[in-house]
Amino acid sequence: MPVQRLATAPQPVPLGRETLPARRGQWARALTHLASLVPLALLIWDGAQGQLTVNPIQEITQRTGKTALALLVLSLACTPANRVLGLRVALLLRRPLGLYAFLYASLHLLTFFVLDYGLDVELIWGAVAEKRYVLAGLGAFVLLVPLALTSTRGWMRRLGRRWKPLHRLVYLAASLAVLHYVWLVKADIREPLLYGAAVAVLLGLRLPPVRRALASLRLALSAS
Amino acid sequence: MSGWRDVDPAEITPEHVYRNRRAFMRGIGALAVGAGGAALSACGPMPGDGTGEMSPVWPAAEGDVPQETPNTLEQITTYNNYYEFSTDKEAPARLARGFKTEPWTVTVGGMVSKPATFAMEELLQRFPQEERTYRLRCVEGWSMVIPWLGFPLRQLLEQVEPTSQAKFVRFEAVKRPEEMPGQKSPFYAWPYVEGLRLDEAMNDLALLVTGLYGKPLPAQNGAPLRLALPWKYGFKSIKGIVKIDLVDKQPTSLWMAAAPNEYGFYANVNPDVPHPRWSQSTERRIGEVRRRRTLPFNGYAQQVADLYKGLDLRQNY
Ligand code: HEM
Repeated sequence: MPVQRLATAPQPVPLGRETLPARRGQWARALTHLASLVPLALLIWDGAQGQLTVNPIQEITQRTGKTALALLVLSLACTPANRVLGLRVALLLRRPLGLYAFLYASLHLLTFFVLDYGLDVELIWGAVAEKRYVLAGLGAFVLLVPLALTSTRGWMRRLGRRWKPLHRLVYLAASLAVLHYVWLVKADIREPLLYGAAVAVLLGLRLPPVRRALASLRLALSAS
Repeated sequence: MSGWRDVDPAEITPEHVYRNRRAFMRGIGALAVGAGGAALSACGPMPGDGTGEMSPVWPAAEGDVPQETPNTLEQITTYNNYYEFSTDKEAPARLARGFKTEPWTVTVGGMVSKPATFAMEELLQRFPQEERTYRLRCVEGWSMVIPWLGFPLRQLLEQVEPTSQAKFVRFEAVKRPEEMPGQKSPFYAWPYVEGLRLDEAMNDLALLVTGLYGKPLPAQNGAPLRLALPWKYGFKSIKGIVKIDLVDKQPTSLWMAAAPNEYGFYANVNPDVPHPRWSQSTERRIGEVRRRRTLPFNGYAQQVADLYKGLDLRQNY
């Protein structure tokens, strides 16, 4: 029985260079790395120019937070992009996008704890205790840590069948990050809701009935 | 008053210059009519960025003059919470460039014996303009020190003679969605409305502001007329005032309507009443790296604490 499950379960091993035109995959990846590093480069550039507003710490917090969430949403878009649109190359971008999201989330956290609060435990406690937006953000981050750590091929192999359910935690992480954002803006929640809608759609596309419907639609389309 | 909005950052008045100019400021009312703005910005040497020097914070008690370093004009005019223009703090400086502040009238009415509509020029002429350096504490956890120019709100209220029924003052800001893109946001009930208890409004600290750093107020800071209530969170200091009414019921401010559990009527700076999002126990002074502890009433307890005797400030936040 377990053997059978293994045989039919989708393989967590990436659809590698073997099955794709190698060139295209490499280009897409290189572009992803470059694009993901642009916000960081801009941050450093603007910082060096003194152009991070007159409240640079807040600006860094907001920029890194926003970038982390945007990259997380993009990484969630990869699987549906392949499944719905047939963009196989997207599968190659899922891991780097996720890891960059983690990078920015880490910078975001470091900014908050080190730059903003100077690691002053008492101050930090006063600032975060009972603040629901911080709990949501912290939850999102804590969930991202094991995912980043087990994102390597080695860990994929080691975890085998359990790798995929583990990495489904990203659904929860993204939802918590959206909640964090919703709870942190004043009254105008349009932008956080936009991210929320994106996450909702991307998660909705993963629901088995939706997947089945889309699969039959694709079949019908390719048949005609 | 032409040229009021075009304050060149290179022209910031150093503190010693504008302090010596205080007597001169009293005449600003007359000057501000016509080419006054231009005359003002042309006077005195204007080097540097005005930083570094300490400035006495108003009011100066005998023998104990609290000193603070005012924020630079650039800091004060490029980092603005002015949601009528945008929720982005740097955007108002850009978006407010074409904002028309003249002609401008302020209608003062409601429960008063002598309701009146004042033209801005009239206000500047009638009430001597004073320089007052105040701390400003934003509810978002940052703060500045700002050398305002203005006159006590009390003087205007006394002019119209509130009746005995008047208990509160209601302020209403300009509503011009075609010039203020932020007013197209459906999340807020424009126009901006704020309120004070009458005794708060009569307090010496409550200032009607017409200028900044010895010059006419830039549009992004609330030109031509705004409040400065240094013991309250910044959002109470309504900008672009067009209407002031004396009323008998506590007015509902825009923020009270938008999020009643977060913003109360009083909004006194209080490190002991936390906000769901921002720490109120500390603040970052713009330009500084380390946080400072926030003081009760933003350090103005001596002047205003009496107003709230017997009031539970945790309930009445
Ligand atoms: C313990 C964890 C976290 C803390 C303490 C934290 C704290 C903050 C703070 C203080 C802000 C800025 C509030 C402001 O001044 O406007 C912020 C904004 C934000 N954070 Fe976090 N955060 C955490 C985790 C995360 C994570 C994991 C993500 C995304 C993956 C995230 C995404 C965002 C976003 C999108 C914003 C809004 C940026 C904007 O206003 O443009 N945060 N966070």
